[in-house]
Amino acid sequence: MSAMPVTEAVKEQSMLKQKEMIAANYELLATAREAGRKVVSTFVPGNLNELMMCFDVVNNLPEINAIQNGMRKKTGGYIMEAEKRGHSEDVCTYVKADIGAIAKGNLGPDGRPLPDPDLLLLSYTGCFTFMKWFELLRQQYKCETAMLHVPYEGDGKASKNMRDYVVKQLKEEVIPKLERVSGVKFDIDRLRQYLRESAKAEENFVWVLESAKKRPSPIDAYFGGVYYIGPIFTAFRGTADATEYYRLLRQEIEQRVADGLGPITPDGEMHQERYRLVVEGPPNWTSFRDFWKMFYDEGAVVVASTYTKVGGVYDLGFRHDPEHPLESLAEYCLGCYTNRNLPSRIDLIEKYVKEYEADGLLINSIKSCNSFSAGQLLVLREIERRTGKPAAFIETDLVDPRYFSPANVKNRLESYLQMIEQKRQGATPSAAAE
Amino acid sequence: MRCFIGIDLGSTTTKAVLMDEHFEVLGRGITNSRSNYDTATRVAKHEALINTRFTLFHRALSVLPDLGGKLDQFLGDLERNFRLEQFLDQLADLERTCLANVKGERFKGKERAVGEALAAVFVRLREEAPALFARDAKRKSDFFRDIAGSRFMTVAQEIAKASALSYDLMLNVYDKAIIDVENRPPAGEMKDKYLKALERVAASAPEFGGLVGRIAGPVREGLEIPLEETYLVGTGYGRVTLPFSKEHIRSEILCHGLGAHIMYPQTRTVLDIGGQDTKAIQVDPAGIVENFQMNDRCAAGCGRYLGYIADEMNMGLHELGPMAMKATRTVRINSTCTVFAGAELRDRLALGEKREDIMAGLHRSIILRAMSIISRSGGVRDQFTFTGGVAKNEAAVKELRQLIRENYGEVAININPDSIYTGALGAAAFARRAVEH
Repeated sequence: MSAMPVTEAVKEQSMLKQKEMIAANYELLATAREAGRKVVSTFVPGNLNELMMCFDVVNNLPEINAIQNGMRKKTGGYIMEAEKRGHSEDVCTYVKADIGAIAKGNLGPDGRPLPDPDLLLLSYTGCFTFMKWFELLRQQYKCETAMLHVPYEGDGKASKNMRDYVVKQLKEEVIPKLERVSGVKFDIDRLRQYLRESAKAEENFVWVLESAKKRPSPIDAYFGGVYYIGPIFTAFRGTADATEYYRLLRQEIEQRVADGLGPITPDGEMHQERYRLVVEGPPNWTSFRDFWKMFYDEGAVVVASTYTKVGGVYDLGFRHDPEHPLESLAEYCLGCYTNRNLPSRIDLIEKYVKEYEADGLLINSIKSCNSFSAGQLLVLREIERRTGKPAAFIETDLVDPRYFSPANVKNRLESYLQMIEQKRQGATPSAAAE
Repeated sequence: MRCFIGIDLGSTTTKAVLMDEHFEVLGRGITNSRSNYDTATRVAKHEALINTRFTLFHRALSVLPDLGGKLDQFLGDLERNFRLEQFLDQLADLERTCLANVKGERFKGKERAVGEALAAVFVRLREEAPALFARDAKRKSDFFRDIAGSRFMTVAQEIAKASALSYDLMLNVYDKAIIDVENRPPAGEMKDKYLKALERVAASAPEFGGLVGRIAGPVREGLEIPLEETYLVGTGYGRVTLPFSKEHIRSEILCHGLGAHIMYPQTRTVLDIGGQDTKAIQVDPAGIVENFQMNDRCAAGCGRYLGYIADEMNMGLHELGPMAMKATRTVRINSTCTVFAGAELRDRLALGEKREDIMAGLHRSIILRAMSIISRSGGVRDQFTFTGGVAKNEAAVKELRQLIRENYGEVAININPDSIYTGALGAAAFARRAVEH
């Protein structure tokens, strides 16, 4: 028993580390103007953090702000504000949360105003809404915009041509603009150094994700996973801090594996792993805790998720490569989950269901996200067919609290879990009841 | 004997099914959910137990040659008289409770007058009671609140007027009392009520009078069989509030799937349109759910939609279907939004459309929405079973049949008159099987 508090303390270390990192970035944002630092707003999937670091700019991620505000229950008001300004009910709620927040003083999660960006760096992958979002922001801020067009992997793979095209844009469009805005000359060796750090962090990150192949899984790869992707998907990939975070995290998870422990939940240790699920789609942020509780109360652990791949599918082997810095950035952008076509998304999910020995696939379909939702029913049918495992569909939203209906979600989730249980009992009618 | 009970706590009604260990249904019970699931569970279960007794009587009496073709008639009489006994017990309870409520500032100085008026009301209600339960009497509802309430209000109004008392005072007393009364099971020994009912049958139905000697034995035997609640499973939206543990709770999707399978073993696709949701369920040949889809946050196209329409048109829910059947054309209606239903309706009326044609359009739009949910769940497979309150609506069924034929060809479509009990039936089967293993 005396080991318990130690384990708890160790667990906290990576979380504390991440908290510090996030707070430090918001501090940088809040003080950017007085410190004379330039601010660049950009997106998570396909973000060019290492490249931005080469120009000493501060990275502001509107999606992350929306998520942070969602978890703090502020987005409801922001979204209504955006709707008041004419944005329809169907528009991506990240966009509306951001537009609404700007209209209301653009405060960061720490309550301090976020600075206006000096550059909008759009490296969108698969989601055209991002482009429209930045058009709105450009109208708002009247600042410089750099657009990196990442071709969609319509054929399921990135060709040399596509990679060259991205590299060309990096050289001719993105880097010159970053140089101009920041006043810093691009130094490719600096980029190499950051990419080296990235690769180290990526190695440990993948180890953590794959630890879920164990039974019991020491992590929840969706609800816990969204914390684990934090540093690597946002403003920290390529920093020594991120490397340190993933070293700590891996150490903690190794300890959990050694102790035979399951994931930690907001209500403490999860004791019995009854269901192993693969989840497709982003989580709901406004009722994140309630949503998670519906899973762990039933002993359901998510062993793999696609959402934790939107900022890079590292478990398929990709690592940032300091030897080919720009090519590697291009490959990274091209390979993000949202930039993959439907058949390759299906292949990936199938692989997860099989390799993580999951009981089935659960799709959390996001009401206001077309880029994720299109084709999800097809994904569901195809996974059922290929794996013989049951799949189910629930519907929530990213940060619009009006779109989270707990009774409905719980009803569907419980039905699904009981369906799995029923199938496990075999196909005899008398066994169906247990 | 060992009994297995399934309870389905719906948003509108709570249903119970009681099953023996051979998976045979012995009794069914239904009550209004009255936003008190504890009570609703108790009452529905109680009703199912009563219904079970009648099944047992049926079994015991069917071996008697004397009753011949009159067994159902006899059991019908027995049940009506039993209901009368129950009703009288509850009426007595209501009277006591009403009287106990005649106190406080409001009634100061009028206690006696109100007490006397109440006594007069209840004398009348008791006198009228047998007629309510006579052979050819039609009752709009079988719930005590509905029967007693409407009569109380009519009679109390007359008596209040005659004795120059405020009707509001009487109504106030009643309103407080009825909630207490409907939330407790009828007082009195159950067994006595069956026997008293038997006496009433003997006295009122001459054709059975001579047989009572021989009937009484099997009836008593039926009463002696102990009904032991071996296992209970709850389902439906109210299930989380049930006062029992997780092992006794099943999702209504699984219960509807299994219930439909028990009713029609060849079922592969189930559509349930209930008060607040529409579910499409695919089951395998063993009744195990393979897939399901349901409406999300929005209740568009659910039973409540028809409820709103009925309210808007000032009609009874059960009158909508027949009206739609009279349509000569189908008005196209695209919005199945429950909230917009009224506006949609008034708009069409203002355009001069006929009510029955609009009705036909409304029914079609509900079914179109259900078809979309079905296709999301994997489509219609043979056989198809339609359950839930809307399955009782002939116009909805007509549209459904047509759309299924158009989209999926010839498919056997099952609609059971007891389809409202599908979820509870599945739950009872789960209860039975839980013990088996």
